[in-house]
Amino acid sequence: MPLLTPFHDSHLAAGAKMVDFSGWEMPINYGSQIEEHHAVRTDAGMFDVSHMCALDLTGTDARAYLRHLLANDVAKLTTPGKALYSCMLNDAAGVIDDLIVYFFTPEHYRIVVNAGTAEKDIAWMQAQLKGFSAELAMRRSGSHAVAMIAVQGPRARERFWAAFPDSRAVSEPLGIFQGVEYATTGGIWLIARTGYTGEDGFEITLPAEVAAETWKKLMGAGIRPCGLGARDTLRLEAGMNLYGQDMDENISPYEAGLKWTVDLKDATRDFVGKSALATRRVDKQFSGLLLLDRGVLRAHQKVITPRGEGEITSGSFSPTLNQSIALARLPLDVAIGSEVEVEIRDKRLKARVVKPTFVRNGKSLI
Amino acid sequence: MNVPANLKYAASHEWAKLEDNGTVTIGISDHAQEALGDIVFLDLPTIGRTLKAGEECAVVESVKAASDIYSPVSGDVTEINQAAIDAPESINADAYANWLFRVKPADAATCSAELEALLDSTAYAATL
Repeated sequence: MPLLTPFHDSHLAAGAKMVDFSGWEMPINYGSQIEEHHAVRTDAGMFDVSHMCALDLTGTDARAYLRHLLANDVAKLTTPGKALYSCMLNDAAGVIDDLIVYFFTPEHYRIVVNAGTAEKDIAWMQAQLKGFSAELAMRRSGSHAVAMIAVQGPRARERFWAAFPDSRAVSEPLGIFQGVEYATTGGIWLIARTGYTGEDGFEITLPAEVAAETWKKLMGAGIRPCGLGARDTLRLEAGMNLYGQDMDENISPYEAGLKWTVDLKDATRDFVGKSALATRRVDKQFSGLLLLDRGVLRAHQKVITPRGEGEITSGSFSPTLNQSIALARLPLDVAIGSEVEVEIRDKRLKARVVKPTFVRNGKSLI
Repeated sequence: MNVPANLKYAASHEWAKLEDNGTVTIGISDHAQEALGDIVFLDLPTIGRTLKAGEECAVVESVKAASDIYSPVSGDVTEINQAAIDAPESINADAYANWLFRVKPADAATCSAELEALLDSTAYAATL
């Protein structure tokens, strides 16, 4: 039996084409992936992200535990609702998952992990809890289950406020990566200015019971339903890693372009993977590729550079640039701006190495 | 699902149409374009290439995936659809008007047998 999110009926009613995603039946598109993509770049779209797993961490050692568990440092979170992106590493500094953690109090955090990795994440997190006074509660199912929806695009916030005018007072002042709890008649919501598209917007966590009526109101406010297809091309243009594709347990954050998320400022802090990170050899760099010839870059295609071979980890057609783009792991010293070749079937096509952020806030950075 | 009765279909979702001049026009079915989603790139065989029935000879790429195209009949490629190459999304709009390539069979009898071996619209529709 496929797993269904609280928005499942809403997807079917909106004409979604449903596919399996890590055991979840999710919308891939509602007609045209490209139109959905453009809606997010130019106006507003919404994505059901309830398959991702929300966890509540509570207890007197919650903060100390997360400082041990995560490569980024939750000590920098001091404002309630503030969010942090981090990798969770294994002892060899390989990435178990990437996640977002929200701070409420030093004794209460919300963690959101990827759908397909949730079970192994929870097992790992439980094992690491030993010696800490804290506990984890899963919020993806059960009586306190939540639904999560991402509303993204230059007009996303404005349209969200049109649907829920009372939320504006608390959510308008939010800075990037900042969330706030919003008390409604439909329970407590978490509204956060986060996303996975390179556009402005909110990610909203709400009780599962009010998911369907919320979806209806957001549609009524002109927010276009968007599927996993558009979500993938949007995050690719934004240069954001997809776990399981651009990184996994064999890859360290340094090879995935995520050095900025590893916080070594507090020398006294020891986190899982820290010692391995210090000694691990880094021989690949995370790069962007822009295809100069006609074709479509795809994951696992071989990249030939003057410094050796590399591999594409994610590739597709960029609807914003109208050209194919990719994320790739290339040998070190392959310079931005240099030309490389990509092996596509029996051909070698020309591509240019670029910074792995192609589009931000609707604009090409290429 | 649109499955015109005047065409023949391969199980791998290509359609073939025998033209009055003896050439065969080849494209992908409405079901195939629907399954692929937004089509963004066509890699078509070079003109003059000799194809055997069932030979992998082209690639249709959507945002989502690349799909191999097999020639339903044997023959030499005489024409490729430049308009479709320039606007691949036209196949999403009408997969039957916007063909991929044409082949000229070496002999009419072989061609006739190869076409006969394909599915008719009823049989193809039943596989969907």
